Amino acid sequence: MNIFAAVGRVVLTLLAETGRLSLFIWMGVSHLVRPPFYWRIIGQQMMRIGYFSLPVVALTAFFTGGVLALQIYYGGSQFNSESIVATIVALGITRELGPVLGGLMVAGRASAAIAAELGTMRVTEQIDALSTLSTNPYKYLVVPRLMAAIITLPALVFIGDVIGIFGGFVVGTQSLDFNSGVYVKTTVDFLQLDDVTSGLIKASVFGFIIAIMGCFHGFNSKGGAQGVGRATTNAVVTASILILAANYVMTSLLFSS
Amino acid sequence: MAENKLKLTGVHKRFGSKTVLNGINLDVPKGKSVVVIGGSGTGKSVMLKCVLGIIRPDSGSILVDGKDVMRMDTEAREETLRKFGMLFQGGALFDSLPVWENVAFGLIQGKKMKRRAAKEIAVATLAKVGLGAEVAELYPAELSGGMQKRVALARAIATEPEIIFFDEPTTGLDPIMADVINDLIVERVQDLGATTLTITHDMASARKIADYIAMIYKGEIIWYGPKEDVDHSGNDYVDQFIHGRAEGPIQMEVLKP
Repeated sequence: MNIFAAVGRVVLTLLAETGRLSLFIWMGVSHLVRPPFYWRIIGQQMMRIGYFSLPVVALTAFFTGGVLALQIYYGGSQFNSESIVATIVALGITRELGPVLGGLMVAGRASAAIAAELGTMRVTEQIDALSTLSTNPYKYLVVPRLMAAIITLPALVFIGDVIGIFGGFVVGTQSLDFNSGVYVKTTVDFLQLDDVTSGLIKASVFGFIIAIMGCFHGFNSKGGAQGVGRATTNAVVTASILILAANYVMTSLLFSS
Repeated sequence: MAENKLKLTGVHKRFGSKTVLNGINLDVPKGKSVVVIGGSGTGKSVMLKCVLGIIRPDSGSILVDGKDVMRMDTEAREETLRKFGMLFQGGALFDSLPVWENVAFGLIQGKKMKRRAAKEIAVATLAKVGLGAEVAELYPAELSGGMQKRVALARAIATEPEIIFFDEPTTGLDPIMADVINDLIVERVQDLGATTLTITHDMASARKIADYIAMIYKGEIIWYGPKEDVDHSGNDYVDQFIHGRAEGPIQMEVLKP
């Protein structure tokens, strides 16, 4: 077997896929800023991506806040632990864990659902049918999902931030016997607007990633049911990886100064 | 012969190393019905999708009312596509919309009609294909195959297009339902005065629907003439196909035991 041919094939495939994705992102973004907009569909997608993801985001945030409180306490900060735990829970949730874990949970849910729905539409020629009915598939299918995800992820993460900090508060005051008044005051004193807004900016970017990967893999499905299954898996995996990579880049950019 | 509503000249299309269309030349006279017959994998569906712009041909010209759609800008091409209606092989109905909204889709999106007015037209169109108003509120998954095909036919004709494409309209239907669909196609097309292009390998359907029959083989049109002439075409390929004989110049790839 020619090792160079094998490596070359992989590299070329990766480059071709990156090119296809870049073109798809360009098409999606260019239609994002041009009318017409399908407001009913945008509203429906905001419900599906945002509202119906609330329970999973809330549970994730609550337990993450609680676990974070325990870990910081047991990790050796037993001296002045009330302020340390409260501070790190607040900063950790708002800056990192809220947007990242919230993004990953929504990726598993929404990106998969988008890829499955659009993939099924692709293999049953429904996307082709849109073109024959004077409807641009990017405008009708991709843009509503992009807009819905970009708007609802920050809202979800904000709610997750509140619940996550509350989770830390519950564990701190109930299991670790912290003074509730001191805990709340420390949280308020150390938490800054930038900590929250940085998390919300990340959430918006993660929303874009979730929607675009779901749409891209769904649009490019082929091979019947197996192809749709493959698209669903690939959407979740690639969205998750890109969220983690984007988080690193954004953290460097937002906090470098 | 009447002027051509649609004219394909030298249309080529390859997918990788596989040549699907090898220089298609086809005239579709205005107001007439042309049926293209041919075996599976001979390029029939690809040809239709090239005309609709769903697939971009590698070379050749496609004239609609004398204008080359391949040389049009996006806006002009979209305007031209409004003249078309299409019945897809699997129906390609939108699962998430009720039947009336499927039928009215082109009216609402393409003609910017108000939903109430479009719904009235949709119900009237459903009646033309033999479906009652009670079907209007159902979803495609709740319909039988024959009913789905009739809804798809209603959707194709609702906007009163000038050109209608039928992609294997009777595939998967029982003989009685297939004849019902054939009759509906003939009646509704006569009603509209539309030009039609049908692809099928159902000879009974071809004989009922067609004014002209063309046969495609290995990406080329190898015979074209009035339907009355198909039984004495003098072409061995056409002869083998219309009589359904395994022996002859058309060699299907079959694994011998």
